[in-house]
Amino acid sequence: MHGSEPWSAERGAEIIERHRHGEGALLPLLHAVQAAFGHVPEDAVRMAAAALNLSRAEVFGVVSFYHDFRAAPAGRHVLKLCQAEACQAMGCRALTAHVTERLGVGPGGTTGDGRVTVEATYCLGLCATAPSAMLDGQVLGRLTPARLDAALERLA
Amino acid sequence: MIYVPGDAAAVAVGADAVAAALTAALPGAALVRTGSRGLFWLEPMIEVATPAGRIAYGPVTPQDVPGLLAAGMPAGGAHPLRLGRPEDLPFLRRQTRLTFARCGIVDPRCIEDYRAQRGYAGLARALSLGPAATLDEVVQSGLRGRGGAGFPTGIKWRTVAAASGARKYIVCNADEGDSGTFADRMIMEGDPFVLIEGMTIAGFATGATHGYIYVRSEYPHAIAALGEAIAIARATGWLGANVADGGFAFDLEVRVGAGAYVCGEETALLDSIEGKRGQVRAKPPLPAHAGLFGMPTVINNVISLASVPVILADGAAAYRDFGIGRSRGTMPIQLAGNIRHGGLFEAAFGVTLGELVDDIGGGTASGRPVRAVQVGGPLGAYFPPALFDTAFDYEAFAARDGLIGHGGIVVFDDSVDMAQQARFAMAFCAIESCGKCTPCRLGATRGVEVIERIAAGEAVAANRALLEDLCSTMKLGSLCALGGFTPYPVMSALLHFPEDFTGSARRAAAA
Repeated sequence: MHGSEPWSAERGAEIIERHRHGEGALLPLLHAVQAAFGHVPEDAVRMAAAALNLSRAEVFGVVSFYHDFRAAPAGRHVLKLCQAEACQAMGCRALTAHVTERLGVGPGGTTGDGRVTVEATYCLGLCATAPSAMLDGQVLGRLTPARLDAALERLA
Repeated sequence: MIYVPGDAAAVAVGADAVAAALTAALPGAALVRTGSRGLFWLEPMIEVATPAGRIAYGPVTPQDVPGLLAAGMPAGGAHPLRLGRPEDLPFLRRQTRLTFARCGIVDPRCIEDYRAQRGYAGLARALSLGPAATLDEVVQSGLRGRGGAGFPTGIKWRTVAAASGARKYIVCNADEGDSGTFADRMIMEGDPFVLIEGMTIAGFATGATHGYIYVRSEYPHAIAALGEAIAIARATGWLGANVADGGFAFDLEVRVGAGAYVCGEETALLDSIEGKRGQVRAKPPLPAHAGLFGMPTVINNVISLASVPVILADGAAAYRDFGIGRSRGTMPIQLAGNIRHGGLFEAAFGVTLGELVDDIGGGTASGRPVRAVQVGGPLGAYFPPALFDTAFDYEAFAARDGLIGHGGIVVFDDSVDMAQQARFAMAFCAIESCGKCTPCRLGATRGVEVIERIAAGEAVAANRALLEDLCSTMKLGSLCALGGFTPYPVMSALLHFPEDFTGSARRAAAA
């Protein structure tokens, strides 16, 4: 769910123009920017503020409030590990420790080669097939260290 | 006809691979991706249409497909994975499916299928009754907010209908962030038209012309299903300038959240749709008077809105006849965590916690004894088996310092460390606090520290007293349920599991 286009002011302006209209346009606009560029660059914050007649502080405040928006690009792959109660009851703490050991980074980190970003998430709604995760937008349930390892090995 | 769930939880355990294997083995066969029936330990559970009704098989892996086909599965042939008619499975037979009547059965991308299964019968009756009598029906049904607060839905609607504004809105809260809950997700993925119909009835009854469904970004499958369903409803005249030739306008759009749990709080959600930080508003004014963009706004949970069509179609009395006390109708209860038979169990209010966990849920998945269950999400209390006689009912849980919330039950076995769970409740509140009020913003961080001191054996009695005092401040002084209810899991853990708060690093039993 994160794009990989390099930032271009021209493309950014095009996306902002397409999403600036309508009620409460800022969140859909920021989602569109991140979908294209994989993050919300500082230039985009400035341009969005100008387009919506907001201050840069207001737009920055929104970007920083929501966990989904990134100020910098993530790794090539994003693994979201659920850390909420239903997954805790089925061993997500041990699973997270396993991933941390294997990749050398835990939630909040990106591997040194920029291959995988690991993130904590609080509930994917897969609570009867716990523990669960989302890898590049693909949902995974009833995870074991072996199943997760296999999924990580298939990544480019 | 073969039915394979496209529900995210079924996909998470391999339903897409099973569908691909079936398509490869039976090119040209009719295969429908439905929602899930909600028997997740049997997923991927596929069904085939036979003259004797649908026959289910599960849990199916792609490797099982050749064997199933050799056994004549498309005609309901015998096989070790054959489960028989889904309706005859005890887990489904014991349910009363009103809101979830179609989920897992219909094609969520087919409005004709929806209409063939009594879809839009509720709207038809609402149109024949008129707005005022429709409001009366919702009030009379006794329906209360299924998101957790339990406020009477009909009263909320009546307030909006009576309010004046240049525009009115229907907002659906689909920011289902509580761990252990997935009912909203299932209905959006498995029967999205019922939500659209419920919102349309709300629009008709209150005079609102525009609706928003605010869905969390963690639910990409639900977002896609709603997008398709809305486009179909618009193309077929069930949304738009003249809905169903009924002479009223109503249209809908989906808004995607951005990973903030607090946006499940209704006023934070409204600010988020407006394009702001999702910060909680002080009440009054109520959203019914000054909600989205300052206009009168109905804001209801997915299940509240999705229950309206059946209430209108069958009449308020038929719905109200289910349930006990002031909790009327049915509740989609979600059994989750360390549970053998996890899934969606819709039943009339009144079933006990023990029946749900031990009997229907079959105890833990790990086979170890149940030690605690958390009911109502991360802000809900932890109950020990000693309280399993508590009836599933808003007031019965409140009487025992708990809440039913959105109906999620998360089961833990005896390896759980309750001090660690209490610490997590505070830590989660600290991560997700919107920052507007002090008891929540600072209290949660201080709470983590105090629980850590107790766990380390530092002045245990004094720190326990401090924790109780802090919880009381958060409960009484916070602006919304995030700070106000975080004390529920903390205090219930402290009350029911004091042996975990003695300062010895871990209980011996957990070792």
